[in-house]
Amino acid sequence: MDKKKRNGSLYTFLYAAILVTVTAALLAFVSEVLRPRQTANRKEETRQSILRSVHLEGKTYEKYIKDTVVGPQQLPLYICTLNDGSRKYIVPLRGKGLWGPLWGYMALNADGQTVYGADFDHQAETPGLGAEVSSLDFSAPFSGKSLYRDSVFVSIAVRKQSGKAKGNPNAVDGISGGTITSRGIEDMIRETLAVYLPVLKTILQEKTNEKTHLP
Amino acid sequence: MKKRTFLDPLFKTSPIPVLALGICSALAVTVKLEPALVMALAVTLVTGFSELILSLLRHTIPNRIRIIVQLMVVATLVILVDQVLKAYAWEISKQLSVFVGLIITNCIIMGRIEAFALKNKPLPSFIDGIANGLGYGMVLVVVAVVRELLGEGTLLGYSVVPEKWYVAAGGFYENNGFFILPPMALIVVGLMVWIYNAKNAKSVWNN
Repeated sequence: MDKKKRNGSLYTFLYAAILVTVTAALLAFVSEVLRPRQTANRKEETRQSILRSVHLEGKTYEKYIKDTVVGPQQLPLYICTLNDGSRKYIVPLRGKGLWGPLWGYMALNADGQTVYGADFDHQAETPGLGAEVSSLDFSAPFSGKSLYRDSVFVSIAVRKQSGKAKGNPNAVDGISGGTITSRGIEDMIRETLAVYLPVLKTILQEKTNEKTHLP
Repeated sequence: MKKRTFLDPLFKTSPIPVLALGICSALAVTVKLEPALVMALAVTLVTGFSELILSLLRHTIPNRIRIIVQLMVVATLVILVDQVLKAYAWEISKQLSVFVGLIITNCIIMGRIEAFALKNKPLPSFIDGIANGLGYGMVLVVVAVVRELLGEGTLLGYSVVPEKWYVAAGGFYENNGFFILPPMALIVVGLMVWIYNAKNAKSVWNN
């Protein structure tokens, strides 16, 4: 095509209009066609994350986990029954990191005070730094930690511990170079559990009462 | 077609140290080796195919809106790939999710389209794209190896420095935390700029 015509206003407008229409149609079409598969993947991802928080990655979700809502605020809660019959209470967590949302699942033991396991994920944290929260290296040390100190709720600190975190039941090591994300995780756990723990306490008390009242 | 189309971007006119393209993402994703490799692969594919497509379109694009047209083609391509991966390769797409924005804004892609694809035939353009992606990837990998090794004592997440060397275990060694922070990326990239240019300065600038 000759150069003069290519620089005319009419040609430029038409070209832009056609390009926009074609790409928009293409993207809309692809998005529609692929949506069911993407939704299924996302759902499976959530289920695996819940299973990871109780150290059962790759197992059948329906066999172990029951979805329910609890308390007057209808808070979502996942109850996991392990093979030995013991119950774990999995709390969904939502918070914010440096660039976007953080989320995760924390499984509590039946005493409602100690952590059985946890799993975290993020949308857009920095690769190699904040993004490490989704790794097992980060989430594994949460197992066995306590949310209480001298019967007072103190949650779990996610800070630089200089190797002392192993001896401290209320702290885990943060991520070097990912301080804001680490703090995001810390705030997320404290804020969510502050809401959940009173509700969970009531449920657990009812459970123990049931047991003691049985003949 | 010349052999130089492929080899020059790898050694002589490498995008980061010589053309000064793509520096921002080189600082962002080189904390560890794994994200650096993922990024290098993604950028190589995107530069290759966007140069190919735009070279095919080069005689039709109106001059006044050519940058916008380039941007649209690149963005559409990246979003398409991301959508397909989300449906058929969920794990890989999770790895890539944070990079999608960085790929589109990578100046290597727009820079090479503007400088090469709009003036050359489709096949050389495709090769130029792939070679520039690889040249970019090589620098990324070197910087990431230096930073992960000295900053965390690991490579691809595996420990390289023996456990008993560390001060905590009674040894003499400690990781240098400075390497995982952005300023050290700038210094390592700066050293590479120096090395590349000291070796090639004459041949590049005389051409």
